Amino acid sequence: MATLLIRGGRVVDPSQGLDGVHDVLVRDGLVVGVGSEGAQTIGKADETIDATGLVVCPGLVDMHVHLREPGREEDETIETGTRAALAGGFTSVACIPNTEPPIDTQSTVEFIHQKAARADTCNVFVVGCVSRDRAGKELADIGQLVEAGAVAFSDDGAPVYDAELMRRALEYCRMFDKPILAHEEVLELSHGGVMHEGLVSLVLGLTGMPAAAEEVMIGRDIALAEVTGGRLHVMHVSTAGGVALVRAAKARGARVTAEACPHHFTLTDECLRGFDSNFKMSPPLRTADDVEAIMAGLADGTLDCIATDHAPHAREKKMLELDRAPMGILGLETAVGLSVTRLVNTGRIGWPRLIEAMSTLPARILGVNRGTLRPGAIADITLIDPNLVWQVDVRKFCSKSVNSPFHGWTLTGRAVATIVAGRVKYRLAAS
Amino acid sequence: MPATSFEPDAFPDGWGHRNLLDLERLSTAEIRLLLDTAARFKEATEGCRRKLSVLTGRTIVNLFFENSTRTRTSFSLAARRLGADVVDFAASSSSLSKGESFIDTAKNLEAMGVDAVVVRHATPGTPHLLANHLSVGVINAGDGPHEHPTQGLLDIFSIREHRGDLAGATVGLVGDIAHSRTARSNMWGLMKLGAKVILCGPPTLVSQRWRELGVEVSHDLDAIVPRCDVLNLLRIQFERQNTRPFPSVREYAHLYAMTKERLKRAKRDLLILAPGPINRGVEVTAEVADCPQSLILDQVTNGLAVRMGVLWLTCGSRGSQAAITAHGQQGRVV
Repeated sequence: MATLLIRGGRVVDPSQGLDGVHDVLVRDGLVVGVGSEGAQTIGKADETIDATGLVVCPGLVDMHVHLREPGREEDETIETGTRAALAGGFTSVACIPNTEPPIDTQSTVEFIHQKAARADTCNVFVVGCVSRDRAGKELADIGQLVEAGAVAFSDDGAPVYDAELMRRALEYCRMFDKPILAHEEVLELSHGGVMHEGLVSLVLGLTGMPAAAEEVMIGRDIALAEVTGGRLHVMHVSTAGGVALVRAAKARGARVTAEACPHHFTLTDECLRGFDSNFKMSPPLRTADDVEAIMAGLADGTLDCIATDHAPHAREKKMLELDRAPMGILGLETAVGLSVTRLVNTGRIGWPRLIEAMSTLPARILGVNRGTLRPGAIADITLIDPNLVWQVDVRKFCSKSVNSPFHGWTLTGRAVATIVAGRVKYRLAAS
Repeated sequence: MPATSFEPDAFPDGWGHRNLLDLERLSTAEIRLLLDTAARFKEATEGCRRKLSVLTGRTIVNLFFENSTRTRTSFSLAARRLGADVVDFAASSSSLSKGESFIDTAKNLEAMGVDAVVVRHATPGTPHLLANHLSVGVINAGDGPHEHPTQGLLDIFSIREHRGDLAGATVGLVGDIAHSRTARSNMWGLMKLGAKVILCGPPTLVSQRWRELGVEVSHDLDAIVPRCDVLNLLRIQFERQNTRPFPSVREYAHLYAMTKERLKRAKRDLLILAPGPINRGVEVTAEVADCPQSLILDQVTNGLAVRMGVLWLTCGSRGSQAAITAHGQQGRVV
C-alpha cells in the first residue's frame, strides 16, 4: 500500500469547489482525500512532497495534441510528445488522428495505446477520425473506434467539408455521447493563405486567411449541432466573431463547447513581420482585438478550455520559405507559463478558472474520469509553482521539435511536478 | 577622362547596411542617399554607358527563384558596369529541383566566396530570411507581392529627374495593387519623400485598408486622373490570382486602362510610368505608352543607375564593409 502525501499546497480543484491550503493523500494510485488537518488525521505516508507555496490541482488535460506517431516520427513520437506533456504539467493528452495512417481503425487505436503504455508517461486518450481515411467522404467506423477506446472524433488538420457528412457525424455520435472536435475553415476563403488577412498581410504581400473563413464554418457547424442535438466542440477559436458565435449558441442552449490556444491569446499577426515560419499556424494569429475577445471568452466561460494544438514539425521543415513551411506551433511545454503570465497574473481569470479550463472541463468534454481530486479518483495531480520566473529555451524541450516562437521569452508559472496515477512522473530539476 | 580613373572615394558612402531588403523600413535620408548615389553613377557612366572599376574583384550572384529577364539583365549589366563578376543562378537548373532548401543553396554560394546575393523569389520575406542566414549582402530583386525596392527607387528616380523634388506631388498607382511589389515599394518611397499617393483599381485589387497607412484609395480612375502629377500603371498579375478579381479583361480595360481620351483630361505635364512588362491594351493603350509624357524607356535606363548605386552601397562602400564585418563578429543566427 504505497502512500504519497502532498503537504501544505494551495489545492485548487474546481470539480469540488476547493481552493485552499490542504494536504492531499494518495494511496495505490488513488486519491484518498483532501484535508486541512494534515498528516495528523491522514497518517504517515511512504513519501511526502512539501507543496508549500505551490498550486496543487487535478492533473492538466490537453485535449488537442498532435503526437505525429504513426507516420511522422521525425517530428514527434508518442514517447517524446508525452514527455513534453509531463514537463508541461499535463497528465493526460488527447491525440488528434491526422497521422499516417490516420486513426480510423481499431488496430491503429490499439497501436497508440500500446505505444503509450510502453512509454509509461502520461495518459493518452485517442481521438478517432470522423471520416474513413480522413478523406471526408464517408463516416469512419465510429462505433468500433468507441469500442477500442476513442473518446472523441475529429478530422482536424482539415474541416469536415461535406455538410451532410458533418450532420451525420453529429447525429451518429449521439448514441455514444461523443463530441465532434471541429477544425473550422472554409478552404476556398483561406486558400494559399499563410497568415491572417488584414493590414499586416496586405503590407507584407502575404496571402491572408480572413476571419470569415473560420467564422462561416463555425456558423455552419453550430447550425448542424442544433438541428441534430449532437455535441460540437469548436477547436482553436481564434477570432472575436467566432467567440461571439459560440456565446450566442450557448445562450440558445446548443450542445456546443469550445477551446482556445495559448498562442491565440498571446500573439498577433504583427509577429509575421519578421517572416518567421514559427509564427505560421492554422488558424493564424489574428489581431489585438481578437486576442482581447479570446481572453474575454475564456474569462466568461464561452471558451470552455485551453488546449495547445501542439503541432511539432522537424526543424528542416520549418526552415523553408513562408508559403512552403507547414502550419503549426509547439504548445505543451509553454502552455502553463503563457496562461499564468497572460491570464492569471493580468487579473483576467483566477486560479480556479484556469484549472477548470486546463483540467476539469477538458476531462468532462472528453468524458474521461480525470480532472478531479475527489476521494477515489485516479491520482493524476499537477504541482505548479505560480511564482517561478523562467526563460523558455527550446533546446531544453522534451519535444522532438523546436518550432516554438516563444524561445527566449520570460514567463511566470511552471509545473514543477507531474503525478500520474500516484507516481511522480516528472519533477523540475532545481536550478 | 577615362572612366576607370574614378576612385571609390568619388562615390557616396554612409550606407550602414549590407542589405537592401525593402523600402518600408528605410529612413527618408537613406532613400535620398540611394537616389543621390544612383544619380552620381548615371553621371559618371555618362548615362549608364561607360564602365567603371569600383567593384573589380567582387562577385555578385543573381539568385533568381522566379523567372525574370529584365530585372536580372539590369542587375547583371549594372554589376559589370562597375567591374564586378556576375554569376547567374536559375533555380530550375539547380539543386533546388533536387530538394535542397533555399537557405542551403544560398549558404553554398556564400561558401564559394560571393560578395552579394541578388535574390528574386515568389514568396514574400525570402530575402529577409536569407539575410538572417548569410553574412554577405542580400539585395531584394522582388519577393512575391511584397517589395521590389530597386523598381520603386528607379520609378522615383525617373520622376525626380523630370520634376525635381517629390514633395507635394500627387502620384496615382493604378491597377493590381494587391499583387504588386512595385506598388508597395513605390508607396513607401513616395510617402517618405512627401508625395501624396493614390491607389486606384477595383475593390478586389485595392483594399480599403490601405487608408490606414495614410494613402488615398480610389476605385474611379476618371475621378483621379485630373488630380495626378504622375500615373504609374501597374500590370495585372494574372499568374498570382486564384480567382479572377474582375469579370473580364475587356471590362477591366474599360474601367482602368489609360487611354488617349483619359490623357486629354489630365494635367499637361502628367508623367506616365509603367514597370515592364506592359500589357498594351489592358492597363495602357499603345498611343499612351509611346506618348511624349511616357517615361517607360527612361525607367529602364535609370534601372541601371539605381542598381549600380545599390550594388556600390551594399557591397562596395566602406559602410557596407563595416556592416559585413560587424555581422560576422556577431556570429550567425541559430
